[in-house]
Order: sequence, then C-alpha cells, then structure tokens
Amino acid sequence: MSRVIALASSEESGGGFHAPSIDEFYPQIVAFEGTPFALNRIMLIRLFIVLVLVVLFWLVTNQFKKAQATKNFVPSRFQLLGEIALNFVRTSIAHEQLGKKDGDRFLPLLTTIFFTVLGMNITGIIPGFNIAGTSVIGLPIVLAAATYVTFIYAGVKHHGLKFFKVATVPAGVPGAFLPLVFVIELLSTFILRPVTLALRLTMNMIAGHLLLVLCFSATQFFFFNSEGFFKLFGAGTFLFGFAFTLFEILVAFLQAYVFTLLTTVYIQLSLADEH
Amino acid sequence: MDATTAAGLVGNIAVVGYGLAAVGPGIGVGLVVSKTIESIARQPELASRLQVTMWLGIAFTEALALIGLATPFIFA
Repeated sequence: MSRVIALASSEESGGGFHAPSIDEFYPQIVAFEGTPFALNRIMLIRLFIVLVLVVLFWLVTNQFKKAQATKNFVPSRFQLLGEIALNFVRTSIAHEQLGKKDGDRFLPLLTTIFFTVLGMNITGIIPGFNIAGTSVIGLPIVLAAATYVTFIYAGVKHHGLKFFKVATVPAGVPGAFLPLVFVIELLSTFILRPVTLALRLTMNMIAGHLLLVLCFSATQFFFFNSEGFFKLFGAGTFLFGFAFTLFEILVAFLQAYVFTLLTTVYIQLSLADEH
Repeated sequence: MDATTAAGLVGNIAVVGYGLAAVGPGIGVGLVVSKTIESIARQPELASRLQVTMWLGIAFTEALALIGLATPFIFA
C-alpha cells in the first residue's frame, strides 16, 4: 500500500493523481463576475433544475386540470407518475405525521421542500452535471430558514406567545434542573434544529461528491498513469465508484425524505399540546 | 525539532478529529438500526411506522458525524 501512495505522490507534480479538495465546490465563475449575481457551474445547475421542476410540475398539474375538466379520471402513465410522487409526500409524510387537517395546511411547503431537495441532490450523479446543487450551503440554508420560520409560525399560531415557553420549558421537570433543561431546550430547538438541517444536507452531498471524485480520479490515475500490475487497482476503484454512484442515488432520495420528515416533525412538535 | 517532525508525521490533525467524531454516531446509528430490526422481527405489522422513526433517529444521530465533518472547514 505504501508503494501505491509513494507512486501517487511522486506523480502529483506531473499531473497524475488529483486528490479531491474543497475547491471542487468553488468552480470558476462564468458570468456576472464581481456582482452579487455571479454565476458559477453550481448556480447554473440550480437554475436549470428549478426550470426543470417548474416545467414538470406545470405539465403534471395541467394533466390533473384536464382530468378534472373532462371527468376522465383514468390517468396516463405520465400523470400516474406525478400522482405517485405527489401522493408520497402527501400521505406518507404529511398525513402520517400531522394528520389530515394540518397535513394539508402545510402540504405546499413540504412538497416544495421535498422536490427541491430531491431535484438538487440528484444532479450529483447525473453525468455532465456531477455536482449536487445542495453541495454548497446557500440553498440548504434557505430551505432550513423556511422550515425555521414555518415551525415557529405554526407554534405561535397555535399557542400564541406561550409557544416559546412550551418549547423551552417541558412539563414535569423538577425545579432544580429547570435552568439546565431550559438552556438545552433553547439551544436545541432554536439554534441546533435549523443548523443541523442545513449541515446534514450539505455535508451528505459534499461527502458523497468527494467520495465519487476520489474513486474516479483514482481510477483515471491507475489506468493511465501507473504501470503494469497497478492497473488492476483501477478496476477495483472503478467498481467502488460505481457502487457509490448507486449509493448516492439512495442518499439523494433519503436526504430529501429526511429533510421533509424533519420539517414535518418540527411542525408537529410546535403544534403538540402541553401535557 | 519537535516530536511529530522527528517521527516523520505529516498531515492534518483534522483527519484524526473526524475519525474520532465518526465513532460515536457510528455506534449510535448501529444501535438505532439494530433495535429497529429487532422490533420489526417482533411486530412486522408495525414495520412502516418503525422505519419512519428509524430514519428520524438516524438523522439525529448522524448529525454529530456531519458536524464533525464540517468543523475542519469552519476552523481551518
């Protein structure tokens, strides 16, 4: 193994093995440089995905409208796909956690979050894009802020200003522990919740991207820059890269699901009554 | 010459830090999943509800490892 590392580092100056670094996430700016609207590759990917999402939603909802107008409720294949996707968020996330009434109240936000995160995540494994729109923290911060505002809104609407007391002072805590519990609850509810939401998504995508880059740049290095027997390692790293690509598809779905689920749970906790 | 250069060690301490940060959540996620599997084996009809709870548990536990992954970038 040490021979491989020595080989790799000796080649480093000659354009051989490029270890992935955090610079992957700050590609060259392509347009509007120097203004707040500077566009790099990741921003372009995000804009493209927004466009794709808008068009897809427009097409699917258009079909729903047509079905309503013509009273022909037998769905086409495309419509069925849309129904399955939208119903997944509606029934197995919103209705399951919040119940029918509150679930439908917050459904627009939950659907938006789910499909935005999913769309932005999946670009991480689409050839040609190869980086997730959520792998730079800006977008996850926006989504986490939306969640933050929503669960505070839900709580304040339900409890009034008493919500902040309900959220930070759990019932049935002995008086001596109250200051400690208060500080912990305050931190975890109002600071750690949004921070971990944003960090979880970003870090998952960063780690996934770095793993893929590592696997495939190692493959490239082993195949084209190493001699003889070491070329065999390339096949191994390529297989690993392929497996991690499949894993990344799973992670993309899972993170979208987890983000939406956590949003739902936070809203549900805000709506819960004091015991 | 200090001890690390004498020993020929090069690299970033953040790597060791992330290794340490990953131990706890690793054990934690393992526990969450193992208990869920146990529960599903006992009561298969609750599988879907248990799985939702499992994902939540994993998400909370895993956050610690991901904060560990983020710290080198923040404090670099």
